[in-house]
Amino acid sequence: MKSFLSFIQKEFYHIFRDTRTVLILIGMPVVQIILFGFAVSAEVKNTKVAVFDPSNDISTRRIIEQINAVEYFSVEYFLTPNEIHEAFKKEKIGLGIVFSENFNGNLFHTGEASIQLLADATDPNYATSIINYASSIIALHKQSLMIENSVSPDKNAKIIVPQMRILYNPSMKSAYNFVPGVMGLILMLICAMMTSIAIVREKEMGTMEVLLVSPIKPLYIIIAKMTPYFMISCINMVTILLLSVFVLNVPVAGSLMLLNCLSLLFILVALSLGLLISTLVNTQAAAILISGMGLMMPIMLLSGMMFPVENMPDILQWFSGIIPARWYIAAVKKVMIQGAPIEYVIKEIVILASMAVLIIALSLKKSKIRL
Amino acid sequence: MISKVIETRNLTKRFGDFTAVDNINLDVFKGEIFGFLGANGAGKTTAMRMLCGLSKPTSGQGFVAGFDIARQQEDVKKHIGYMSQKFSLYEDLKVWENIRLFAGIYRTKNHEIAAKTDSVLAKIGLSSERNALVKKIPLGWKQKLAFSVAVFHNPAIVFLDEPTGGVDPVTRRRFWELIYEAAADGITVFVTTHYMDEAEYCNRVSIMVDGKIEAIDTPQHLRRQFNANNMDEVFRKLARKAERNDNG
Repeated sequence: MKSFLSFIQKEFYHIFRDTRTVLILIGMPVVQIILFGFAVSAEVKNTKVAVFDPSNDISTRRIIEQINAVEYFSVEYFLTPNEIHEAFKKEKIGLGIVFSENFNGNLFHTGEASIQLLADATDPNYATSIINYASSIIALHKQSLMIENSVSPDKNAKIIVPQMRILYNPSMKSAYNFVPGVMGLILMLICAMMTSIAIVREKEMGTMEVLLVSPIKPLYIIIAKMTPYFMISCINMVTILLLSVFVLNVPVAGSLMLLNCLSLLFILVALSLGLLISTLVNTQAAAILISGMGLMMPIMLLSGMMFPVENMPDILQWFSGIIPARWYIAAVKKVMIQGAPIEYVIKEIVILASMAVLIIALSLKKSKIRL
Repeated sequence: MISKVIETRNLTKRFGDFTAVDNINLDVFKGEIFGFLGANGAGKTTAMRMLCGLSKPTSGQGFVAGFDIARQQEDVKKHIGYMSQKFSLYEDLKVWENIRLFAGIYRTKNHEIAAKTDSVLAKIGLSSERNALVKKIPLGWKQKLAFSVAVFHNPAIVFLDEPTGGVDPVTRRRFWELIYEAAADGITVFVTTHYMDEAEYCNRVSIMVDGKIEAIDTPQHLRRQFNANNMDEVFRKLARKAERNDNG
């Protein structure tokens, strides 16, 4: 026990002597949460709207008012269709609305008044959200018209107005998606990358030999190496949760306890992955490369953090299945955002747990050969 | 009766078809400075790893500090010290922190550590550097410190794997003074080296060729036996026979 404690103390010296690394480790989650929460945003916030309104009657004005009333849109320009195109090119506006002529008259007499919604689809996600949001406002308006006037263009027709209700994230904030993603990314990065670097550094410096000859058990060396990063990960977890609740206003809908247990399980997977990497390579540079390319990139691109897994081609979906972060992120979304109880994340828990067992078994076997 | 610190009988290590260490018989006595020589690839490292309890012998027997190297590795490890060719201290730890770390790993009592740290640092002239980071002190001092750390817990035997690589002759000489002092204190020293002048400093040396020990005696006797002026010539004469020698 004494040798184990001396060793852990040494690990903390290593980390805290290296001020830059400590700053990165502690600061990274803060920066990422703020970046993903605010800068990298797929939200339709403060979208400027240009309107072409040739009829300028009571209906069009009411629709414009309603669009202007929501916080995501501000109607700033009244332009002709050609000018709207120009405004798009100059990136002045995010949404164009073109009303047909004699809108109100047509609406009540023929029932065929049309509105054209224009959005810049060079950023498809953004365009889709804008269009969805604007059409839902217009649909709402249509519905209220029916009720108010009890007038239907065709009295026999049953009109079905689709009513959109966006669940769990009613204002479609991207932070709801990014917070679980950043949690997965940060925990994986710190646990796997830093642990593997720390172990490989001993090999590279030649100090590993001295340790192996000493009476300290190899298992203790590994646990001692993981301890500081485990603690830093826990600190980061708390930071991320506090930031997301108090800065990004993403609530923790489900059980905090369950969320923490999930995270501990994921940390275990990440730590053992770090151990596995450290048994495969002999230099710190290789460890960084493998954990950077092999862990970071797939998490960013394939875990569902940025792009939904369901939209990927089959082969990528299959590939994303072997990324632990995918399951963790999915589980966190369920628990944190949807407030799902444990029954709904059992699949993820089982998958993560078996990954942990598999990776630990594999790396112990590998490291035994080395010793 | 002088007690044996190392005793091996037909110690052998095979990797597949390759016999790295071939039936070696070795007796090293308490307080002796034993030079373990051999060209690269002769099997020195493998033999030393077995003696340190890092790898199990394929056949044969070995005892280090009275413990069986095949079955009592943990006890072997507690009673040996080790310093390797690569510099074996932590560069980002202070001088005293390195001492404390290894003393702690070898389960030395805290009050003993404190008292002994002072005397050890005074002995190697590093008292004023106790709070310096190891990376800030010169290589020669680092090696003296690494040696002091390796023998801090009073092991029965200390293994030195090419301890003086890369330093100038004067510093090497000083380092050897430390080795003599440790031996005088009753610590057996088992040293591998590339420098044949260092082989002359040893009480006895063995020379390994192709996994076998071809010669084992005092430097004087070996010079006479091989009709050579110095250990370098002895070594060349023996190494010439090697088949898997990669030094030519």
